[in-house]
Amino acid sequence: MSMLNVFQIAGSALNAQSLRLNTTASNLANADSVIAEDGQPYRAKQVVFAAKPVGATPPVGGVRDKGAAASVGVQVTQVVESAAPMRLVYEPHNPAANAEGYVEMPNVNVVEEMVNMISASRSYQNNAEVMNTAQTLLQRTLQIGQ
Amino acid sequence: MKTQLDQQLQFHQTALNLQAHRQQLLASNIANADTPHYKARDIDFREALQGALGKQSNLALATTQSRHIAGGGGDVLEGATKYRTELQSAVDGNTVNMDVERAAFAENAIHYEASITFINGLLRGMQTAISGQ
Repeated sequence: MSMLNVFQIAGSALNAQSLRLNTTASNLANADSVIAEDGQPYRAKQVVFAAKPVGATPPVGGVRDKGAAASVGVQVTQVVESAAPMRLVYEPHNPAANAEGYVEMPNVNVVEEMVNMISASRSYQNNAEVMNTAQTLLQRTLQIGQ
Repeated sequence: MKTQLDQQLQFHQTALNLQAHRQQLLASNIANADTPHYKARDIDFREALQGALGKQSNLALATTQSRHIAGGGGDVLEGATKYRTELQSAVDGNTVNMDVERAAFAENAIHYEASITFINGLLRGMQTAISGQ
């Protein structure tokens, strides 16, 4: 049933995009977190997407699912920390300041995160729409001959 | 013995299968719009339909000697699946163009519904003939 694979494909994309949205939310929320859980300033995190075949179940009765090769979902392979240099802010009175009076702030690029957020939400919408269409088509298929 | 209804139903069934397959490919493209290095794919519907109806298979091996092995001919769908021509290049090597994909997805959905309507029409016609009303 190749139409059912569409649900898996769009579902994996929804999952990946919501994880990306979560990461963006974390980054934006911690844009000013001078001390994270490891004592260091918060480092911006980014998700890494990779294509992943779905529905590639072992052959049933020796018959390989022809549609399995065509259905490629998305998977988040890892969450990486940004290697960008920390933002240095001159705040001599801040208790976290170093000897020269500079405070290390997180390397979150707010503009980049906002762009990421919009992109993720657009992609999420697209995939949700794909799911809706697939559902409609599948229902029509089930009503054949009625 | 195949009746006319059988033949027509089989044609629409083949078309429906191909459209479902294409829907899957397009869903994959849309899902992977943000995946680096993903290459968008699509099927040449005309070629796939002709292949599925047994008219031709472009994966057959050319045999020029009597002792050449003919080969299985390959899978029609795999032969008709092609990579999309890039319209605008992306830095991450992704070739998905969301506008193209969405348009193709919507168009394919309409074709799918059309096939279902044809099948329903055939069945309804037969029903009318059987019941004689």
